Amino acid sequence: MKDKVRFDKSPWVVHFNCNSCNGCDIELLACLSPLYDLERFGIVHVGNPKHADVLVVTGSVNYRNARVLKNVYDQMPHPKVVVAMGVCAATGGVFRECYNVLGGVEKVVPVDVFVPGCPSRPEAMMDGILQAAAKLDEKRRNPDVPVAVSTDTVVRLPAPEAARPALPADTASALATPMEKIA
Amino acid sequence: MSQKSTIPFGPQHPVFPEPIQLRLVLEDEKVVEALPAIGYCHRGLEKLAEKKDFLQDVYLIERICGICSFMHSMNYCQGIEELLGLPVPDRARFLRVIWAEVHRMHSHLLFLGLLADSFGYENLFMQCMRCREDILEVMELTAGNRILLTTCCIGGVRKDIPADQMDQILLALDRVGEQLVDLRNAFSNDYTVKKRLIGVGCLTAAQAHESGAVGPVAKACGVALDLRETGYAAYKELGFKTITETAGDSYARMMVRLRELDQCMELVRKAIQLLPAGPISTPFKGNPTGEVAARIEQPRGELLFFIKGNGTKNLERFRARTPTFANLAPLLQMLPGCQLADVPIIVISIDPCISCTER
Repeated sequence: MKDKVRFDKSPWVVHFNCNSCNGCDIELLACLSPLYDLERFGIVHVGNPKHADVLVVTGSVNYRNARVLKNVYDQMPHPKVVVAMGVCAATGGVFRECYNVLGGVEKVVPVDVFVPGCPSRPEAMMDGILQAAAKLDEKRRNPDVPVAVSTDTVVRLPAPEAARPALPADTASALATPMEKIA
Repeated sequence: MSQKSTIPFGPQHPVFPEPIQLRLVLEDEKVVEALPAIGYCHRGLEKLAEKKDFLQDVYLIERICGICSFMHSMNYCQGIEELLGLPVPDRARFLRVIWAEVHRMHSHLLFLGLLADSFGYENLFMQCMRCREDILEVMELTAGNRILLTTCCIGGVRKDIPADQMDQILLALDRVGEQLVDLRNAFSNDYTVKKRLIGVGCLTAAQAHESGAVGPVAKACGVALDLRETGYAAYKELGFKTITETAGDSYARMMVRLRELDQCMELVRKAIQLLPAGPISTPFKGNPTGEVAARIEQPRGELLFFIKGNGTKNLERFRARTPTFANLAPLLQMLPGCQLADVPIIVISIDPCISCTER
């Protein structure tokens, strides 16, 4: 870490808990507490994605929250950076083999900084957020940097066949009908 | 007759640390109905527990929830020990109580902080979080990790706490005790706290009983329901008594936790005092056979695991019913009739843990 941390603007953080076990989330709360005090770098935790520059995601992506994560990311103004907190956000972690887990958050949003740990320690989290803030400054200074976009292909993926219980014949045919036709 | 409107509350909301959606049907500002929409945190852990070895499951099940992680592994280990007919050494039982109560303290302090934050009292939130760091220090000192301790194992505990660390725990408890004096004063006498919590989210004892409330939600209505009374681990020797309040509102739920904090400190001190010498775990062979319902008192209430073994190293079925799941039905009874602005407080007052609920 550099001797002095200085950013162009004060980076505001929005946190989204994807599929996390809470371990990383409470450590992120600890970062805000007086002992670690993330706010001394001008980093403020906000609830509205439209106010935020940094998106902190904890936990992996599942079939239900992928759309929500994409929504939160898309609502944030450019330039923006994403920090994937903990191993679950990186790869799915200990839950990677679960039937409802798609994997790391990179399947839905482009990630700039990965922070390891289960759960990550507050020191590592702060380092990750500071690195992300430095990247944010970089993006702001170079408007030529291509804008990263979220992907929506993964959201439409069907659940793996093996995880689904066998359905009765009539239900199965009803489900096979495309959504537009039912509506 | 005013028009009804539906507001989606969550899954990403400033007061929620976790994703859950409440669809609130409103008549002007008054909530007439609340419907939960869950699944944002569902991973499929129960199925994975069947795929993995029952020894690996200790680490997996600990990760059902990061806040009360030790309780999950402790309950699972107690269940497997019952299936194997495995005796747990006395010292291990006491060490489990020490870690469990330390965990309860950190969970309750986190709750108090989040509750203060939910009505915009940021100063109090910071005080609670600062106090909580002393507890986390104890966990790091004794187990090497701040959140996921992973010290419980089948047949006992994986790690001993030496005498010098015991002294450190006692010193930390003294520090926490000093800070709790201020916190208790703020929480029980402050005008803002009283104004926002008293009479908000009321639940009667009959309603609590009917809807199956557990933990502090039940205790706040005068229903003395605490599994530590059954005397698992070392609670029998420590002489545990359930704390209850009678009002049944958010303030009473907060007071139950505030009073439990003192009780936790007392239990840890007593456990350290009575800690017997001896081995910390029993070696064992074989695989679990048969089925068991293991129960334990978590910070949020009763935690129930159903474990079925078939003599192989994989479990046949693992099922978890966590306290927040039981407390969702009472929550839906508290919400109708309240103001929209009070919804965050009422939701936080049951101390929801969504990742527990959805596994």
